[in-house]
Amino acid sequence: MSNKRVVTATINEETAEFLCEPRQTLLEVLRDSLNLTGTKEGCSNGNCGACTVIMNGHAVVSCLVLGVEAEGAEIQTIEGVSCDGSLNEVQSAFLEGAALQCGICTPGFIMQTEALLAEKSNPTEDDIRFYLAGNLCRCTGYDKIVRAVMAAAEQRQVTTG
Amino acid sequence: MADTKYSWPTREEAQIIGSRRNRLDGMEKSTGAAKYTYDVNLKDQLIARALGSPHAHCTIASIDIKAAEQTPGVVHVEVLRKVGYEIKWQGDLIAVVAAESEAAAAEGVTNVKITYNEMDVFVQDAELELARKAGRTAPAGGKSVTQVEPGDDDDEDEFVEAEIQRLYDASPHKLEGYYGIDAITHCCLEPHGSTVQWKDGKLLAYLSTQNVSGTDEAFATDLDMTSDDVEVRCEYIGGGFGSKFAADYWGVAAARISKETGRPVKFMLSRDQELKNAGNRPSGYLKVRIGADNNGVVQVWDSQHWGTAGVRGGGISQSVIPYVIQPPNYRRKAIGIKTNNGQARAWRAPNHPQACAMTQTAIDDLARVMKKDAFDVFAANLGNVANGKGDVYLAEMKVAAEIIGWKDKYHLHGQGPSKGGVVEGMGLALHMWGGTANSSTCRLVIRSDGSVESSCGTQDLGTGTRTVCAMVLAETFGLDLDDVTVNIGSSKYPMSGASGGSTTVGAVSESHRRAAQDALQILFEKVAGQLSAKPEELVAVNGAIHVAGDKKRMISWKAACSRLGVQSIEVSASHKRGDASPLSNSGVCGVQMAEVAVDTETGVVKIKKFVAVQDQGLVISPKTCESQIYGAVIMGIAAALYEQRISDPATGAFVNAELSDYKLARLGDVGEIIVELYEPESERQRGVIGNGEPPAISPVAAVSNAICNALGVRVPVAPYTPQRVLEALQGRA
Repeated sequence: MSNKRVVTATINEETAEFLCEPRQTLLEVLRDSLNLTGTKEGCSNGNCGACTVIMNGHAVVSCLVLGVEAEGAEIQTIEGVSCDGSLNEVQSAFLEGAALQCGICTPGFIMQTEALLAEKSNPTEDDIRFYLAGNLCRCTGYDKIVRAVMAAAEQRQVTTG
Repeated sequence: MADTKYSWPTREEAQIIGSRRNRLDGMEKSTGAAKYTYDVNLKDQLIARALGSPHAHCTIASIDIKAAEQTPGVVHVEVLRKVGYEIKWQGDLIAVVAAESEAAAAEGVTNVKITYNEMDVFVQDAELELARKAGRTAPAGGKSVTQVEPGDDDDEDEFVEAEIQRLYDASPHKLEGYYGIDAITHCCLEPHGSTVQWKDGKLLAYLSTQNVSGTDEAFATDLDMTSDDVEVRCEYIGGGFGSKFAADYWGVAAARISKETGRPVKFMLSRDQELKNAGNRPSGYLKVRIGADNNGVVQVWDSQHWGTAGVRGGGISQSVIPYVIQPPNYRRKAIGIKTNNGQARAWRAPNHPQACAMTQTAIDDLARVMKKDAFDVFAANLGNVANGKGDVYLAEMKVAAEIIGWKDKYHLHGQGPSKGGVVEGMGLALHMWGGTANSSTCRLVIRSDGSVESSCGTQDLGTGTRTVCAMVLAETFGLDLDDVTVNIGSSKYPMSGASGGSTTVGAVSESHRRAAQDALQILFEKVAGQLSAKPEELVAVNGAIHVAGDKKRMISWKAACSRLGVQSIEVSASHKRGDASPLSNSGVCGVQMAEVAVDTETGVVKIKKFVAVQDQGLVISPKTCESQIYGAVIMGIAAALYEQRISDPATGAFVNAELSDYKLARLGDVGEIIVELYEPESERQRGVIGNGEPPAISPVAAVSNAICNALGVRVPVAPYTPQRVLEALQGRA
């Protein structure tokens, strides 16, 4: 319980300061200290992708990142994806395309999709299946997720010109 | 409202039912706002972690929790098993440590000191002779049916033996086969667990459950309180698949710790504990001989199967062998094996997927040895289907065949071209399920401001239950989904049955339609005079109530409701499971076809295309209905190619109880999937039937048959891993 450190990071475009033990993961800090429970916990060892967030522009599984590693980082979680209270293109595509069912994997998929689209604005189906292969879904049709990501990419290109 | 005539609108009349609406909870789920049990954080809560047994079979020799209790941050240690207790599977929970943080709880767990007396283990469920020698087998029932019945003086067993042999010998086409399917786990992405708060003699339990109305009693009994003082909540749940019907001993332990410490407690199983303790599907292995006539119609079936449901033995019920196709003469016998694995729990369509995988593979093999098109052999046997719905199967087979291009692509087993060592094949399978509507009660209020609000103690597993409730209400009142508020997920709402066995959509459709029709009748009586009409002449459509056939004599919904003043309409309506009803039904078919590519050098199987044709009576919400089928197919593909509980024969250890080693299908592993809802008027008029189970049944058999069609040899046991494919090709399977 000792040796807690003060960590300062930018989370969803706001400065966040939190106390964290060196052994605590970023996932634990997000969920238990900052109550950002949109980031989900599925396996705690980097194999399900449910806890994916974007850290300094890269998708990471937050269960494999220590909280203290977030010092000075820019982090985006699922709570920071919506724009002005409405769904963005990726979220809308998942909803419209019925690409979610129980929904517990959905935040991870959406964050991984955001990272993909930041890297490739017009991904092929193979790109999507490869890039999102680290995210597990136990009850939805993966096929619908692929379609949703393609629809989101198309819509984002229209939106951003 | 005894005089209310409950019914569904026709396809032409329906405004909401059957329309492609988005799920109501999509916004919450896609923004991270949805709070699952795992996400509930209560003020001052403790985090609990548990110690599971490292041994699969042992007794507990000693327990020392002093060091655990003295670990910084640890507040309480709850011992679940006593000295002398016999542990029967690896991972069985022994002690729970509650602490100020997850890390402190985990450290506390490492400081619980336990010694064990190890015992012999047995986990080789596929090996019947080994199980017999180990004294682990027990008869699990059987049945014999012959068209020629024994005489009064005949010994029945001797007669059946002779008759089955005679029929087999007389059959122009014979087949002997071995088929199997390994045990898999539920592997819910949200593990089992709860966050509980005991306060002032009452318990609030956020429980990851498929059964909010039926789990309060377990907490109450253990804590010596009444179920009225317990509220179970579950707004969102990250998977259950049949494994989350109970509070479970870990849920009750959390409640006990909360009562003891006076603080809320969150206790979710770790991933390996989830896989070891919280549910698996029984294995099954079957030896069979069948005899068929020249058309491929099976005349006699003679099988013995075995497998395990875990420490209590059991296995696949003999009642579903042979599956769907039930020849006029058959003998089936089941043997259960007790192993040192966690006990099985209900898994989507209990018994059916394994029965399908173990028997419809034999039908396909019959086509192989007869050098016939599998479609024709399955079709030839539709006169002998267990549910008598051969016409529905044939219609669905034709739809599936058209979509997948069966006629153009199909070749006889092993006769397709090899392209660089890759061969392709197609297979099909049939399934059946009940899906009777569960009991359910809906309380409904219509207020003078026009608002509509329902309460029902059901739960939405992600299947779309919440959306279905809203669609039924909106349809009945002529409103849109935004105009109705649906409350579910609490044991304080009127009772609704557990979500299992495809019983929920029928249950909530029943209770919500009944309540809505009752309430609407009352509202019609209030406004009929103003419209110079009788109540029975009125309809509610597009936000208004008007005289049927005369839209000018209308009143808006809001204006109609404003006449209620301070007296809201409040009704409660129920459906009792098993009661005949025009709103719901049971008994569905379903046909699935798979197209695969198999690399004969590596043994890797790829799904190219998969088609699922499914009937489920009246479809309320096509989008969520289709999602259920997509998900079921993917789970089935995972069971066919990847999923497998692997136990070490020497120690009984569940060696792949982490997501790194327990293989699930990933996005790149699943090919094109096409879902077709089979809803001709004859099916629609039957009413609502659940579809959570049926589409999860056929995939393994369909994939197996496609692999066999590609290779010309059977890979007998699922999952059809590269190693097993290569062994089959080398004649070693």
